[in-house]
Amino acid sequence: MANPKSAYSVSTKKEKSDTHIIVVWVDNEAGVLARVVGLFSGRGYNIESLAVAEVDAKKNISRITIVTTGTPQVIDQIKLQLKKLVPVHKVADFKRDDRGVIFKEMALFKVVGNTSKIKKAINACKKYNAVILDKTKKSNVIQITALRREIDKMAKNLKKFGLVSISRTGAVAMTRGDKVFN
Amino acid sequence: MSKLYTGAEIVFKCLEDQDVEFIFGYPGGAVLPIYDELKNHSSIKHILVRHEQGAGHAAEGYARSSGKPGVVLVTSGPGATNVVTALTDAYMDSVPLVCISGQVPTHLIGTDAFQECDTTGITRPCTKHNWLVKDIKDLSKIIHEAFKVATTGRPGPVLVDIPKDIQFAKTGYLKPKPTKKLNGKSLNYFSQKDVDELIDLMNKSKKPIIYSGGGVINSGPEASEVLRELVQLTGFPITSTLQGLGAYPGDDNQFLGMLGMHGTYEANNAMHDCDLLINIGARFDDRITGKIDEFSPKSKKVHIDIDPSSINKIIKVDLALVGDVKDVLKGINKTFKKKNSDFKKSNKQKISKWWEQIQKWRTKNSLHFNNSDETIKPQHAVQRLYELTKDKDTFITTEVGQHQMWAAQHYKFNKPNRWMTSGGLGTMGYGLPAAVGVQIAHPKKLVIDIAGEASVLMTMQEMSTAVQYNLPIKIFILNNQYMGMVRQWQELLHEKNYSESYSEALPDFIKLAEAYGCKGIKADNPNELDEKIKEMVQFDGPVIFDCRVDPNENCFPMIPSGKPHNQMILGPTDKEENKITGKGKALV
Repeated sequence: MANPKSAYSVSTKKEKSDTHIIVVWVDNEAGVLARVVGLFSGRGYNIESLAVAEVDAKKNISRITIVTTGTPQVIDQIKLQLKKLVPVHKVADFKRDDRGVIFKEMALFKVVGNTSKIKKAINACKKYNAVILDKTKKSNVIQITALRREIDKMAKNLKKFGLVSISRTGAVAMTRGDKVFN
Repeated sequence: MSKLYTGAEIVFKCLEDQDVEFIFGYPGGAVLPIYDELKNHSSIKHILVRHEQGAGHAAEGYARSSGKPGVVLVTSGPGATNVVTALTDAYMDSVPLVCISGQVPTHLIGTDAFQECDTTGITRPCTKHNWLVKDIKDLSKIIHEAFKVATTGRPGPVLVDIPKDIQFAKTGYLKPKPTKKLNGKSLNYFSQKDVDELIDLMNKSKKPIIYSGGGVINSGPEASEVLRELVQLTGFPITSTLQGLGAYPGDDNQFLGMLGMHGTYEANNAMHDCDLLINIGARFDDRITGKIDEFSPKSKKVHIDIDPSSINKIIKVDLALVGDVKDVLKGINKTFKKKNSDFKKSNKQKISKWWEQIQKWRTKNSLHFNNSDETIKPQHAVQRLYELTKDKDTFITTEVGQHQMWAAQHYKFNKPNRWMTSGGLGTMGYGLPAAVGVQIAHPKKLVIDIAGEASVLMTMQEMSTAVQYNLPIKIFILNNQYMGMVRQWQELLHEKNYSESYSEALPDFIKLAEAYGCKGIKADNPNELDEKIKEMVQFDGPVIFDCRVDPNENCFPMIPSGKPHNQMILGPTDKEENKITGKGKALV
């Protein structure tokens, strides 16, 4: 809503938002995640999911993978602003529908119920690299790795088979083939 | 084994190696070891302020007027939180500051200890970078890096938080490394191809305009010189942002005055109608652009900036040259001279119509105001101040509000680094402490804070600093008893409901000046104004000048709420007052 009593102009042009996966290589030091996340919240950018861990213990480099949505202008700003942070080494950006890139998320499902229900749950998970991590007479913890929307779907489907708890990660990404992002 | 130094000693060794001459600060429990060490370092002088915000703004004034980074020293907790406004101000206006703050001892961090706060957490969004020093071995490296980060690329504030036990701990000292790259963050990304493309655009343009900003000032005095050369070579008109004033001479014929919300009619209309817009070191701030959708609709846009994230942030541009303004302009001038040896002559014809149009806009005389014999008009006061101080190399600081805009409109600057104002953050209370810092950097020069009575009361305590160090700053208060800009907006946009914008109980500024031990002067009649200004300028010491001005004066011209450049409100004498002017009518 444009407020006629304000000097701040409101743009009437609407641009389409896209989902992007931003990969950031940072020095693994105290506060670095706060800097990256603070940049997003402070400038009003959106974080759909976040995954971070050290990937090079020798050089002390962590890799942060952020799924975000924004107009092309906002995505550009995100990249450029990230590059200005002192501990940031490089920034990569992929569209979610980029076929040259693999995206994966992991989820743990705890299913409680009788043997037949648990079996059905395991069966449903099979096509997503299901691994049984814990097993009792009444329960199972199943791990799957899949795309976000597939996990969303499974979380819905497994309800009827006694799903009581879900824990899931943010997306991680890697390019296909022998190419490495520099 | 090399000699061992305490953390406090290392702080000073670093400052010495960074050629620091002045620190602006305020002591407290968590920085006492550093203050204890001060006596052993005669090359560094400490300026004791009265409030940490004052230290920050004084350091900003020092940095803006000298081109060197300002250094601030504060204690933990309230010391650090008080400096946050100044850090944010410096961040918005790209001023290099290095703030060193004390912190509670390492083992107490996180325990809600006395005067503890999460300083690096609080200052993270208002610094370029900050560090909490947890290991004495990192201290010298971090301080050197802090100076590097503050001064390279787009300058800005940084903060180093040093726990008290680290200030006592001992280790060896490391000198600054001369060529350490900051993760490969180089500054110049533009190529000769970009330069050629720009010159091609310049050759084609019939209605060009150059719009320069604070980046030219930050790039150093040489940048102003190459900018002047470029304007001279091309014959193009030039306008400037608030922060860029002084980079190009304010009294030159090719200068159209400031642009933006309170910019001149000719500058804003030229921005709107131009076919080539060359932005040099400015950032398309919302006070400049007006309505974004109708900003300079017919132009090719070129942006020269050192910060890649400034490009396409607000306004999409056709050509971007990322680099230090000085280097980019040098490249442009060099190629320009080679390719277009007699451009100015051959191009004169092509842009002559454009200049005619600009002359027409100029006849509107948009800075005009109705002068009076009975009351002092604030614009008149600034004009007289300018006339009576222009032969001196005068440094002007301001607070924020109407007086700031009048100063920008009516005081003409001919050199860079002579104009210090809070543009981005708009911090009331900036001008007085900034004047302290400017006077420290230029002890022999005339330093005037053009102030409003509301703003100046926010940091008035720093008069005490000025008196202590015998800094002859002049506080020229345009006293209209209102928060003038607030009142103006209430008049124009809120049906004259002057909610809380009148100050009922202002102090007697003469007595206040005397209480601080400086001189107070009052003027409430236009006839005595010149004499009183002369008296102020001639007095060797700090002065508070209470200039009683017309309380109902508004600052014009003005781009009203959410309007584009060509729909300005002109002053009260204009017949077309409050009407939409120019071709832009059709656009709405």
